[in-house]
Amino acid sequence: MTRTAVITGLGATTPIGGDVPSFWANALAGTPGARTLEHEWVEKHDLPVTFAAELAVPTSEVLKKVELKRQDPSMQMATVAAREAWADAGFGEDADIDHDRFAIAFGTGIGGVWTLLEGWDTLRERGPRRVMPMTVPMLMPNGAAGALSLEFGARGGARTVVSACASGTESLDLALQLIRSGKADIVMTGSTEAAIHPLPIGAFCAMQAMSKRNDDPQAASRPYDVDRDGFVLGEGAGVMIIESEEHAKARGARVYARLAGTGVTSDSHHITAPEPEGLGATRAMRAALEDAGLSPEQVCHVNAHATSTPVGDKPEYLAMRAVFGDHVEQVKVSATKSQTGHLLGASGAIESVLSVLAVHHGKAPVTINLDNQDPQIPLNVVTGTPAELPEGDRAVVKNSFGFGGHNAVAVFTSY
Amino acid sequence: MASKEEILAGLAEIVNEETGLETEEVQPEKSFTDDLDIDSISMMTIVVNAEEKFDVKIPDEEVKNLKTVQDAVDYIEGAQA
Repeated sequence: MTRTAVITGLGATTPIGGDVPSFWANALAGTPGARTLEHEWVEKHDLPVTFAAELAVPTSEVLKKVELKRQDPSMQMATVAAREAWADAGFGEDADIDHDRFAIAFGTGIGGVWTLLEGWDTLRERGPRRVMPMTVPMLMPNGAAGALSLEFGARGGARTVVSACASGTESLDLALQLIRSGKADIVMTGSTEAAIHPLPIGAFCAMQAMSKRNDDPQAASRPYDVDRDGFVLGEGAGVMIIESEEHAKARGARVYARLAGTGVTSDSHHITAPEPEGLGATRAMRAALEDAGLSPEQVCHVNAHATSTPVGDKPEYLAMRAVFGDHVEQVKVSATKSQTGHLLGASGAIESVLSVLAVHHGKAPVTINLDNQDPQIPLNVVTGTPAELPEGDRAVVKNSFGFGGHNAVAVFTSY
Repeated sequence: MASKEEILAGLAEIVNEETGLETEEVQPEKSFTDDLDIDSISMMTIVVNAEEKFDVKIPDEEVKNLKTVQDAVDYIEGAQA
């Protein structure tokens, strides 16, 4: 018999909330997270984009000075969200668990880009002797997984999933496999990204992927709107505690939802552009629904990938149309990047937190800035006020797609 | 040139920055590894910061001889000369 995976703890630090309760409340209210950047490096490098969605609560306000020094910002954000998730699941500092059967499945898109580039600056300006000895463990993309394993005592493997902007959702696929296969009873999963740095901004601008709406940052992330002109860079982390149903039951844990199924496919089409008909996304959604044992008609809500780029939003619609058929009109779609910006590798993680809460509370968060919906994307988008989801068993789909042609989908259902 | 007291105070600040230990705990007789629980990576960070602060060179092969805080103070004082 297949082991059931349930979600027992949630944590997040995001541009619209430094913890899960504030994140959820602001996502329901519709809260623009983007602001003009107040860093000297914006002007110094003459960046074509001068805004981003930075954390609502900086890690410097939460972590100790030593933790800030020894962890790259991406690791710091993972630590903040992981502590919340761990406590939310009811585990204390000395949790009475089998640590050998506790694993980490954590994602990032880029990893320690601040550490890498600041280390390079130090080397060039002051020589190799001045490069900090902690540089390597801070820049490595598995830094967060390793640090979480160390802090929480996970000895069942600390794995890292890297698939650009699909990392957060793909890490759930790994977590589900670890639980189902019986290799782990508890998995701490999620993803982190701290890439609001001049190089990623310059590079994303070079490929014309970012919104240049410098005069109105709060209106810049506008998925499905005819005037969308690119994504808004965000930062943060989302974490979930996933357990086998038996393990959660045995300790009397509160369960938010089931992680019912996942689907991962690759486009094999282009290194950055999505396959224009959404074929890879279609296959991933179908695979996830089949994995969950659900028919498309059972899905009431999709938290879409929807980054607000001119070319990216439509293939996802075509995929939803293909998967859901006429039922697509009944599916409430939320494009929450309109509020949070695009957290790249962490986007799937924080949006999965929202998806789980949508199952749990029966509400779907709003999409902001949708003034003129693109007629080529006639989705049933949640705007204005949160959508009430149907009573009874709910099934919610989370889509994430990443450069490299990665497609990852997770399905959450009522417990 | 910094005095022994100034070097001790400066080292204590560097150790505090790196490890979070209170500066008062960084006493001359304390062993970096056994008393202050400083691992090799932290020790190298402290050495690099001390070189910068006191404008001295502490060769890598010398670091293993710096067992106590006093050893480091003495080495830095000598290296300044």
